[in-house]
Amino acid sequence: MRRTSAFAGLAIAGLLLAACGDDGDGTEGTGAGTGEGSGEVEVFTWWTEGGEKAGLDGLVATFEEECADFEFVNGAVAGGAGANAKQVLASRLQTNDPPDTFQAHAGGELLDYINAGQLEGLSERYEQWGLTDSISAELLEAITVDGEIYSVPANVHRANVVWANPTVLEEAGLSTEAPASVDDWLADLETLRESGIQAPLAVAVDWTQTMLLEAVLLAELGTDAFNGLWDGSTDWGSAEVTAALEKYGQLLEYANDDRASLDWPDAVNKVTAGEAAYHLMGDWTAGKMDADGLTPDEDYVWWPAPGTDGVFQWLADSFVLPVGAPNPAGTECWLEVVGSYDGQKEFNTKKGSIPARTDTDPADYGPYLQSALEDWGSSELAFSLAHGSAAPIGWIDATNSAVGQFSSSGDVAQLQQQLEAAAG
Amino acid sequence: MRKIKSWGPGLLLVAPSIVIIGIFVYVLIAATANESLTDRHSAAPAENYVGLENYVNLLDDDRFIHSLRNLAIMTVVFVAGTLFFGVLWAFLLEKGVKGEGFFRSTFLFPMAVSFVASGVVWRWLLNSAQGENAGGLNALFGMVGLDFLQNPWWSHPDWGMAAMAIPAIWQLSGYVMALFLAGFRGIPHELREAGRVDGASEAQLYRHVIFPQLSPVALTALIIIGHMSMKMFDLIMAVSGAQFLTEVPAVYMWQSLLTNDYAKAAAIAIVLLVVVAVLVVPYLVQNARAERQR
Repeated sequence: MRRTSAFAGLAIAGLLLAACGDDGDGTEGTGAGTGEGSGEVEVFTWWTEGGEKAGLDGLVATFEEECADFEFVNGAVAGGAGANAKQVLASRLQTNDPPDTFQAHAGGELLDYINAGQLEGLSERYEQWGLTDSISAELLEAITVDGEIYSVPANVHRANVVWANPTVLEEAGLSTEAPASVDDWLADLETLRESGIQAPLAVAVDWTQTMLLEAVLLAELGTDAFNGLWDGSTDWGSAEVTAALEKYGQLLEYANDDRASLDWPDAVNKVTAGEAAYHLMGDWTAGKMDADGLTPDEDYVWWPAPGTDGVFQWLADSFVLPVGAPNPAGTECWLEVVGSYDGQKEFNTKKGSIPARTDTDPADYGPYLQSALEDWGSSELAFSLAHGSAAPIGWIDATNSAVGQFSSSGDVAQLQQQLEAAAG
Repeated sequence: MRKIKSWGPGLLLVAPSIVIIGIFVYVLIAATANESLTDRHSAAPAENYVGLENYVNLLDDDRFIHSLRNLAIMTVVFVAGTLFFGVLWAFLLEKGVKGEGFFRSTFLFPMAVSFVASGVVWRWLLNSAQGENAGGLNALFGMVGLDFLQNPWWSHPDWGMAAMAIPAIWQLSGYVMALFLAGFRGIPHELREAGRVDGASEAQLYRHVIFPQLSPVALTALIIIGHMSMKMFDLIMAVSGAQFLTEVPAVYMWQSLLTNDYAKAAAIAIVLLVVVAVLVVPYLVQNARAERQR
């Protein structure tokens, strides 16, 4: 009997220890919550590996120089391309235990937080930090909600880029220049198919198809009408949208059947391996091409999606100041670094994106990014739904689902009706 | 006073479990049910109660119906597959095989692997590419000249979910086998002998003597596998990720939660609970009745 109780005692002690251990792990990142005045700044991201982690490290290095009084605490949550992190973030915001700052796509994706009153406005700080002059006016306008700015963009990516294999194009007798319109692109796809490439257009899972759909909408509707889709001034039910969706459906006929089981790097691989000619993907692809040791112009070419030349479909990672942040002074110092010339340079040269600032020195960047910088300065701006600059997350998810269904059904009317419902 | 002495200590011992289960299961179910009746479609707190509106919307939602259909296909294939292989293996082992222990362990081992781990491997095995680019099982078929067996597996738009059940069948058939093996072994030898003495053929013996006695085991297996299938989330996330093609209610619920649509997520959770309860509760009631009769 005595032995049993001793065992029971041990077991209970063990359980308690385990519980404490869990607790320690679980709240490691939230240590800053209690560290008011101690100068800790908890930065919540899902950048845990690769170029993203290197970029974050670059930001941290600048932060440690500029804000020596404060200590950086990494609150990163890995996995699920940010899905896990967003879940953790949602529960922390709900229990009024926000990190000092968190990563989010600038633009529409922030609306949920703004409407729930979870973010502080930053317009005054923008003046103070001189950001109003150094970030392009068009971008500032795009991230302003009811006269207030809520985030500091750390970088800019471009979504409407087609990556093509020049060898495949030349073998089919095509030019490596961009087709002028979606119709011309369809004609080229037909030529490629006749030359023996069954699925010349590589696509991957739902959200990559959403990107393709957006590029077609952008090309067919024009920039203003496309941007109007997200604020209600363009009607999703219109005949123009129907026509664009039909073109999108025709494009998909030239795409690979195994798309549901591929992620975007797999689709890029199809292009670089010569199985397919084109893949539409954001400009983080340039980083992958570099990592794979491929040479621009020789192994791959890029151009704006057909019909969208002169339009820059942007998305931006940004940082915010949550309401009730434990160390707002520290957060402000972090945000100032994020917006600064040095911070953006450290971050973007490593992550493989371009700064949101207009005073960038192109010499610091590789060939793709130099061309992106040039376009960023000279193009019209369009939103990206798939990457959060256009609309809240619910809209994105509903669209991805509709596009995923269209991928097998091919029913244009149904797609349009669901897209209209998603805009709700 | 004396009465308390008899039941008091027992109650004291189970009280912590009762309290913890009460809070973490039943109170939370109630909270979820409550949430599902509100209009909380964003991160902001709910404003009003909307009655059953969220449920009505779900039944009107193509996406939800599609996820239920996916779930139904997967459950039918999963249950039928595990029962088929489970019974077959148990039957063969029960017949007396050399190295029974080896086979028993081999069939049981997959159960020790988590759905996520096996899902990652099966994602590769069930690669949908065919012909020259084939990988996984399709490549294997290509190698042995069975090209006609190559198929898109889970990315087939109509019947893909049947392929999604394959990894689950692989994992849990051994478990069903163990259940049935115990069932076979639990049948007294005298019954078989009596049957044989009365001139029953081997087939008749199984049909009329042994299988009827296995029906409680079959029901148990059905309930356990069935409710596992209803809750399926991890395997699907590991094999295909969250996408329309393979969406089941549990995945849809998670997606809704990620998009801050708390009321919808809660409504899906309650629907799932009801679906599982429809399966499990009659079984529990029947079990309790059987116990009482004993």
